[in-house]
Amino acid sequence: MFKNIYVRLGLISALTTLALLIVLPRTPIKMNNSFIGLDATIGGYNLELFGGKFKKDLRDFKKGLDLKGGIRIVLEADVSKIDAAERDNALESAKDVISKRVDLLGVTEPYVATTKSGDQHRILVEIPGLDNVTEAVNLIGQTAQLTFKQLKPENEWSEDKMFEYYTTPDSWENTGITGADLKGADVVVADQADIQNQGKPQIKLRFSNEGREKFSELAKKNVNKPIALYLDETGVPLSMPVVSADLAQGLTDDPVISGDFTFETAKSLSIQIRAGALPVPVKVLEQETIGATLGAESVQKSFFAAGVGLLLVVLFLIFRYGRLGILAGIALFIYSVLTLAIFKLFPVVLTLPGIAGFILSIGMATDANVLVFERVKEEIFWGKPKNLAIHLGFDRAWNSIKDSNVSSLITSFILFQFGSGPVKGFALTLAIGIVVSLFSSIFVVRTFIEFANVRGGKKNA
Amino acid sequence: MFAEERKMRNLMKYKIWYLVFSAVVILPGIVALLVWGLNMSVDFTGGSVFRYEFESGINPEDLRKVYLEKSIEVEAVVPESGNKYSVRTKPVEPQRNNEIKEGVSAVFPNSKQLSFETVGPSIGAETTRSAFVALSWAVVGIMVYIAFAFRNVPKPYSSFRFGVSAVVAMLHDALVLVGLFAILGHFKNVEVDGLFITAVLTVLGFSVHDTIVVFDRIRENLGKLPKVMDIEDVTNYSVAETLSRSVATSLTVIFTLSALYVLGGDTIKMFVLAMLVGIISGTYSSIFNAAPVLVLWEKYAAKKNK
Repeated sequence: MFKNIYVRLGLISALTTLALLIVLPRTPIKMNNSFIGLDATIGGYNLELFGGKFKKDLRDFKKGLDLKGGIRIVLEADVSKIDAAERDNALESAKDVISKRVDLLGVTEPYVATTKSGDQHRILVEIPGLDNVTEAVNLIGQTAQLTFKQLKPENEWSEDKMFEYYTTPDSWENTGITGADLKGADVVVADQADIQNQGKPQIKLRFSNEGREKFSELAKKNVNKPIALYLDETGVPLSMPVVSADLAQGLTDDPVISGDFTFETAKSLSIQIRAGALPVPVKVLEQETIGATLGAESVQKSFFAAGVGLLLVVLFLIFRYGRLGILAGIALFIYSVLTLAIFKLFPVVLTLPGIAGFILSIGMATDANVLVFERVKEEIFWGKPKNLAIHLGFDRAWNSIKDSNVSSLITSFILFQFGSGPVKGFALTLAIGIVVSLFSSIFVVRTFIEFANVRGGKKNA
Repeated sequence: MFAEERKMRNLMKYKIWYLVFSAVVILPGIVALLVWGLNMSVDFTGGSVFRYEFESGINPEDLRKVYLEKSIEVEAVVPESGNKYSVRTKPVEPQRNNEIKEGVSAVFPNSKQLSFETVGPSIGAETTRSAFVALSWAVVGIMVYIAFAFRNVPKPYSSFRFGVSAVVAMLHDALVLVGLFAILGHFKNVEVDGLFITAVLTVLGFSVHDTIVVFDRIRENLGKLPKVMDIEDVTNYSVAETLSRSVATSLTVIFTLSALYVLGGDTIKMFVLAMLVGIISGTYSSIFNAAPVLVLWEKYAAKKNK
């Protein structure tokens, strides 16, 4: 199929058009075709496919802190008191909790991630557009603590008041039961005995022996009334289950929280409860405030510089290789658009080193073309006819192109694996760039040249 | 055209001198490294960095005094382009930043704090460690890959020697860069930071990329050229053939990097400089280090086997 030059040209144009749409979404385009089940809106800053099941925000490139300004906090989680097998879970739970806290700051696009290096467990928090590092540290740097609360005696329970109690932390009082009494929380499927919830996911709370006693007492006192599970005492409770009547005699088995859960929501709740059940003390290891002005200026200049550099490269290629250089220039443009589209779709968080990696990959993309064109020159020098020389040029340069690019890919994978922060961003953009460059400098350029030859051949005939 | 004349050049004749030249370039850097060491940024040492912008030029001593009055130990006040200055200190509690900001504005009413960062020293030690781990793995990975990719070189030549020679050239570039920054660090207060590590690793990648192209041609010619030609002749022939490509490719990268250096943002200037020097060194080392080392080694091995 790829033998047909028009199929290849069509594929290249389609990909480029699609990439252009992604990179430059100015006006929304609605696509609707009931026959193939397509209902999509492209551009206008949002991509929606399959009736909203696949959504992508394409408003802007995701910019790293150095480009946008904001704060960055690295937290170290002390997992020494936690079983080795449970550590990853504990870290994941702590991350969940911290994400929730960051959301309370009401900022856009915060980035919270866990990192592990050796036996160091860390949580990285990046909050663009914020500059009060002290406030942020105070808010997110505390240890997660789960507390079970009951309504204060003066607060009567009725279903109408559910929302009011849900949103007012003041209506609750402590019961003395905390995450320390809990061993864990798992998602289970309700068994047949539970007719009402049969087959639905539930969350089973596993208490320590002492915790079980305490919870049993609490349940007896609060039959048909809610118990609130608070994490951090701020905002809203994680969950507010109503104690069912069959707990009037105390616990017979581990208690479950049932309700209208999907497996997803049940899992997320159990993770959050576990976060409280396995308190992970965190301490601030590193914090930075980065001024946005620093970024904006640098970015503008660097993008401009990259444009100038690209122009110089294209001029050089045309100067040295004539018509072949023009084709390589067009391929370089396609290459840039495709790569930027991937950055936006992925999305890759753009940082200055990331942009540098992108620029370096332009160099490597050009190198593949240079290798081919030099080889073509040589083959012509050795007396091969031009068409054959071009064909041989691609075939014979392939070994060098493959080996050199594979070694660069190996380097970028190693950088990604062992590097931290900015080094990672650089490695990622470099790797993406190398892969796309192979496509553009081999597939695209070759198609162009063959197309030019087909047309040229017709003219001559 | 020039293909004719390039075959006339006997590039490998001066192979020892290329290595001597490299040694002459590298030695001052190594001396600087041993005597002064590198000027490590907070990424490695831990500490706080405050960056300010002023409306007009200032006396850095006045800025230093603000910190000293609050008994904060200042390591350096470094002028940057424009009227920007960065102040490096021992680690400062973030809670104290407001107090410091006020202190600075009291002395310099038209100042603006651009950034404030604090890095714990513990992460510094680990950044260094992870960089060395990355470098070691890169060396191993590249050597293994070349040994594998070149496994078909005709006997008695060995793909292992190709791999090691490529890595030697790559370490040459690392030494050039580290040495240069040791010198710049001493005389120009240029710091070595996380970005520098990125630059070094990139240059190493590029250097190997470049060397492999030359070696690929040697491998191809070993199978193609008459058997009477020894490794030196074949290498000479191959280097001459790939020379114009090496120069063309390096030129394109140098164009982009020069544009970035002249026009790009301040924050990446030293990063771009490191890459620029490294790419030039990498181009030199593929032709004038990797190939001569390979020739000398293969010849030595052949002599020993006789």
